[in-house]
Amino acid sequence: MTRPRVTPSRLAFAAILGKDLRAELRTLQSLPAMALFAVTTFVIFRFGLDRTSLSGSLAAGVLWVTVLFAAILGINRLFVSEREEGGFDAIRLAPIDRSALFAAKVSALLVYLLVLELVVVPVFAVFFLDSAAALAPLALVLVLADLGLAATGTLISSMAVNSRARDLLAPLVLLPLVVPLSIAATGAIEPLLAVGGPGYHRFGTWLATLGLYDLIFLLVGYAVFDFLLED
Amino acid sequence: MESGERTDGPALVLAGLRRDFDERPALDGVDLTLCRGESLVVLGPNGAGKTTLLRILATLLRPSGGEVRVLGAQLPGEAWKARGRIGFLGHEPLLYRDLSGRENLRFHAQLHGLRGEAAEARIERLLTTIGMERRAEQRVAELSAGMRQRLAICRCVLHEPELLLLDEPDSNLDAEGRELARELIGPGESRARVLVTHDPERALPDADQVLRLGAGGRVAVA
Repeated sequence: MTRPRVTPSRLAFAAILGKDLRAELRTLQSLPAMALFAVTTFVIFRFGLDRTSLSGSLAAGVLWVTVLFAAILGINRLFVSEREEGGFDAIRLAPIDRSALFAAKVSALLVYLLVLELVVVPVFAVFFLDSAAALAPLALVLVLADLGLAATGTLISSMAVNSRARDLLAPLVLLPLVVPLSIAATGAIEPLLAVGGPGYHRFGTWLATLGLYDLIFLLVGYAVFDFLLED
Repeated sequence: MESGERTDGPALVLAGLRRDFDERPALDGVDLTLCRGESLVVLGPNGAGKTTLLRILATLLRPSGGEVRVLGAQLPGEAWKARGRIGFLGHEPLLYRDLSGRENLRFHAQLHGLRGEAAEARIERLLTTIGMERRAEQRVAELSAGMRQRLAICRCVLHEPELLLLDEPDSNLDAEGRELARELIGPGESRARVLVTHDPERALPDADQVLRLGAGGRVAVA
């Protein structure tokens, strides 16, 4: 018999991420639904609020809540192929550090969220903003917020996927966990979308809060993911 | 992938293996030793615990009690030492429906640390051996159950495992498929095999040992 074999984590990470992105490109099961949901929500807000322009906390809330709820569609589907097609067993049989699966799924979800925002933030700007001056700093806030959402969403999705009530469980557990993230994200976005152009009141504090949230949930995911995959 | 020198010892050692699901025993008191190059055939009625036994040996399920040593690794604590040296063929093919057969095999090759030309050559050789080289670019969702089983057999032996765990490997295969599969998962000097089957006539001629499980996972005859 031979010594144990161990596949380098970067190779396992690349394999799983590549497989997820290839499957999504081929089937378009998550991203179009997320984008359509977000755009439809903006239309509903536009007519529901009867406003052609939004600013400050209202604009921040409309943007973040829409992105968050659209993200839940992707989070619910993140591990479906692993559950339905035996991917969990395949990964558990392989000589890999299971945190490679966590890292690959966080990265896949992060890619979905970034692509989603590339589509829907310009739509939001056309619907509700008077100027595009805030879009560059807004992108920084969204990237940090997406990373935290991807880490938390991956963790919750991996726990919910084997439950029969997974479509309910994921949002019910996820939403309370992302309250701090939502407070920080909307806190950072609010001055950027203020009347009269972007402001940066406590911007650094909110970015640091987002970064801290990201770090905590990435570390928690790394620490517990191996146990979540055990029988 | 790292590999190194050989160590001696049996491929499998089970002593008083027990597995319960809640209060219900699925396996109760299984003892056996299987050497390298030997084949064990596991027989028993539905619900006797045959699949549970294979999943424990594959490190996919934890034993509730007893001692389990797979390829020298004590389960469950040292499961990581055995992973990557086991080939598991279960009821599910473990193939992604939206990827082609070749893409699936590449994915599994990467998970097992195989890459580059060596991996491509190994995949091509397996596909040719199992008669799937002309269907390898088709999505798995478009393949028949028998063709998926052929691909699953390729996946199972892709990393040249030392221990094969085979749960009804002939299911969905036609006569030609069974003969081709035998070349990949048949008896071999370099590996041990555990074969769960409902077709003892085909399996028993290759068996070095037979384990018959009865109701509640009790060993009926060993």
